[in-house]
Amino acid sequence: MSKPTRQSYIDVVITTPVTIPYSRYSSENTTWWIGRALAALAGEAGLDHRDLDGLSIGSFSTAPDTVIGLTQHFGLSPRFIDFLPFGGAAAILGLRRAARAVQAGDVDIVACIGADTNAVDSFEESLKSFSRFSQDGVFPYGAGGPNVSFALIASHYMRKYGARREDFGKIAVAQRENALRNPNALFKVPLDLETYMKARAIAAPIHLFDCVMPCAGAEGFLVMREATAKAQGLPFARLSGSIERHNAFSGDLIQERGGWAVDVDELYAMAGLQPSQIDVIETYDDYPFISMMQFEDLGFCAKGEGAEFVRSHDLTIAGSFPHNTSGGQLSVGQAGVGGGFLGLVEAVRQVTGRAGATQVAKAKHAMSCGFGMINYDRGLASAAVILSGES
Amino acid sequence: MTTSIQDILAEALTQGTLRIVDLTHTLSPDFPTLVLPPEFAQATPVKIEQLSRYDAAGPAWYWNKLTFSEHTGTHFDAPAHWVTGRDLPLNTVDTMPLENMIRPACVIDCSSACAADADYLLTVDVLKEWEDRHGKIPAGWWVLMRTDWYKKSSVDYANLKADGAHTPGPTQEAIQWLIEERDIIGFGTETIGTDAGQAGNFALPFPAHSLLHGAGKYGLQCLTNLDKLPARGAIIVSAPLKVLDGSGSPLRVLALADTE
Amino acid sequence: MFKPLEPPKNKDPLHRTRQLVLPPRARSRQAHLFTQAAAEGRFALPRCKTCGQFSVPARDCCPNCLGGEYELADTAPSGTVLSVTEADIPFLNYFRERAPWRVVLVRLDCGPTVLAHGHYDCAIDGRATMSLKLDKAGQAVFYAAPAETGGDPLSDPQWREMTADPRHRRILITDGRNPVTPALVRDLLQAGARKIFVGLPDLWKPLAWENELRQHAAVQVVPLDVRSERSVYELVRAYGAKIEILINTADHIRPGGYLAPGQLCHAADALDMLAMGLMRLAASFGPVMAGRGADGEAGAVAWVNLFSAYAQTPSAALAGYAMAHAAALNFSLSLRAELAGGGIRVMNVFSGASDSDWFQTMPQPRVTARVLSRSILDGLRGGLEDVHVGAVAEDIKERLRANPKAAEREISSTRFGG
Repeated sequence: MSKPTRQSYIDVVITTPVTIPYSRYSSENTTWWIGRALAALAGEAGLDHRDLDGLSIGSFSTAPDTVIGLTQHFGLSPRFIDFLPFGGAAAILGLRRAARAVQAGDVDIVACIGADTNAVDSFEESLKSFSRFSQDGVFPYGAGGPNVSFALIASHYMRKYGARREDFGKIAVAQRENALRNPNALFKVPLDLETYMKARAIAAPIHLFDCVMPCAGAEGFLVMREATAKAQGLPFARLSGSIERHNAFSGDLIQERGGWAVDVDELYAMAGLQPSQIDVIETYDDYPFISMMQFEDLGFCAKGEGAEFVRSHDLTIAGSFPHNTSGGQLSVGQAGVGGGFLGLVEAVRQVTGRAGATQVAKAKHAMSCGFGMINYDRGLASAAVILSGES
Repeated sequence: MTTSIQDILAEALTQGTLRIVDLTHTLSPDFPTLVLPPEFAQATPVKIEQLSRYDAAGPAWYWNKLTFSEHTGTHFDAPAHWVTGRDLPLNTVDTMPLENMIRPACVIDCSSACAADADYLLTVDVLKEWEDRHGKIPAGWWVLMRTDWYKKSSVDYANLKADGAHTPGPTQEAIQWLIEERDIIGFGTETIGTDAGQAGNFALPFPAHSLLHGAGKYGLQCLTNLDKLPARGAIIVSAPLKVLDGSGSPLRVLALADTE
Repeated sequence: MFKPLEPPKNKDPLHRTRQLVLPPRARSRQAHLFTQAAAEGRFALPRCKTCGQFSVPARDCCPNCLGGEYELADTAPSGTVLSVTEADIPFLNYFRERAPWRVVLVRLDCGPTVLAHGHYDCAIDGRATMSLKLDKAGQAVFYAAPAETGGDPLSDPQWREMTADPRHRRILITDGRNPVTPALVRDLLQAGARKIFVGLPDLWKPLAWENELRQHAAVQVVPLDVRSERSVYELVRAYGAKIEILINTADHIRPGGYLAPGQLCHAADALDMLAMGLMRLAASFGPVMAGRGADGEAGAVAWVNLFSAYAQTPSAALAGYAMAHAAALNFSLSLRAELAGGGIRVMNVFSGASDSDWFQTMPQPRVTARVLSRSILDGLRGGLEDVHVGAVAEDIKERLRANPKAAEREISSTRFGG
């Protein structure tokens, strides 16, 4: 029996990419940040917020509220809600669910928002409730936060495939160069490879510039039918293909690939595209080496050739392989679950030609990836989408 | 102006012409107690547990809880303490006649002999020698055996060896003589017990306990300062706690004596 | 990182004593299966009762067969190191103060992959000898040592954080009249103890081994009677801040059923010595030791209680004695919970009849002072929490584990000869 093919997202579009400018720390709580994003979405779409009949929230820090409580908070009466405390995969997972609901007629317009605040003690608080396996099997080893866990994975990857710190550095340096064009990036000074290499070790081989900086912020977009977008006069991106996969390759002793590798062929088949046709890619860059893995697992090069691929490409906006054009989380900041939205929102801007100073020329197809939830010894959630411009 | 005994005593006490000598050890958990073979119940040392000391358990007051055996520290033995006295009338501290609580004493100085021999035994001959010098021991008086034992360190005071305690005391004959020939009210010592440390090995074990209490006489032990008393005539104030059916009790023992 | 254990220097009075911040304490209920193993020094892991697959982390449901029941099963303490890192700047204060902190990922021979605290000699692809330890928070963690060399555990500061080796530490033995004292003093001195205070109640009573104790330069005999609040207070006032390991050896053995002559008094005395005595010690020494749980490399680290194995379930022939030990054992668990906040581990040592005269009529095998002393030392070195010494204690432990009711029926009716 042959597997049914995935149905297309025909007629479903993504509009209105919004970013609420980040701050390193914020005394506002997460609901405030979500509210700002909601206001920006309604404002830019020219809609009354009461007209939004779908609300999808990706966040770690709305407790004690979930999205249901937030509907009353914001004065909405939606007929579709979704709540995704799913880290770096939440943005794409939320988009996929919203798109199918719109397509099926369950809802007209879904506001998808990723936001987290960052108070001085937010990180420590979030550790306490992150995951049971982390609580039992990771945090007691001094691995509070993902650095130690990713150091173990990175160390193995480097050893097995010959990647060097310089290769990771090239990714980080290129992203910083991109970020200098993005007024919203928290990092505003240039980074060179020498500075990258000399940075202090956090947990070898992870060094300072391999790590993202937690911050407060919000990102959002709207999912609706093409007709609705046109009626509102909104530029839009089409959803050409999407995949998600969780807890893949559990037999790998130590993680060296993400779940993308399971479904990547279907992703391209759905979009009717080849990797070479992707004009811009926004990977999930919680660490540069994770971006390198995505180059491999999403078919831009073979497994183990990520380092060589990086060496042979220019990853800046004007380069041969424009990557993380907004600067990515490494140079913009990681606003919690908002970090997974950063690349997706940038991809919408790229294919609608509204990326401003970070615009890649003639960007028609963009890929955005999500990765997240290092529950115990590996990141469990992988997701990717291909967005395409109107024409 | 008539002079009553009460007035004389009052004047002597207020003018300081009557000395008051404390014959009592501080009641302290460190003070040795009688050691019996351990399978028997033991005379536990006093336990002092703080109830409060101007703290959360009692903000403006200080007090302790005391736990002790009836035979702890400087203490009084009533006849009921020993099996020989168990059927006597008024044999417990709560029924003891009041007039027996204040009595004069003869002090027999055995201190130099005891310094030479921890197992020194007080004999009838020594008592008779004492009478030659100080006169006959009157009936109804205490006889207190001075050994200067109270001056010793606690290790030497208990003086425990592998074969038991080595401390001085009376012979069986001496006790018999004091009861039968002199009708004393009781016998007192500075050591732990009215008997010698090795008295368990005597022909009649523990003769002081056995004979004194069998005859309704009292015991005082772990006394101090007997060296500060005259050979005869000091008035001993020894009122034990009025413990229900009590066999004895720790107490404050005072002696009233002429100034020297 | 290799760091030899140096003798501690005298305290700089201008510096505040380092206060203890603990590693994470939170664990799921299932994860306490590891605690159970670590407490006794076993390497045992949760195993699915249905399909037999081992699981780390501890699960509620088997990913292989969806079985819902796990049991703790002993397994080979070995594996292969998959990856190594050293956290230079860990996020949590406990680790940051002790950085760099070596963490390794190990594939256990029995299946699961685990994160472990790693000896500095652990290298990728190397074989590792694994153990389950209790960390400063008193919770179970994995520790990996290089299998080839075994490593010198004491030169690994991470190992030292999870154990209570007597080396360079000052120790209080609370009751020098316990017959284990001479052997224990010898063993502790040989293990490198810096100083041993031996408490002695009733100083006026002779003690056969007093001269032997006094001839060791590092031994100081001090007056201590756990039955006296004042005595305990006076000792803590003088030496409380100089004690890193406290070994409570106070005991009051008076065998007999509850109808035996004088048992009410004996039992009251035993309760006072054991349960109330432990509480008096705890009230005085507990806070002082808990305040020094991070005071340098040889800071306060452990509190040891010696218990009769019958503390766990009595023989009626030892009714009052067993009751007193049970009461003290119960209190020791409260003490353990309180001291955990100060990084002090409470180790309970259970043994059957010793060579004491009081157990003369008890059947063999007995626990000699030598064996008991070695067990205390091994327990401290291994950072254990529960130590069962000798065949009788082991037997009672196993029977209680297998069927508590059967153990109760059989052990309570045990009569001893004589």
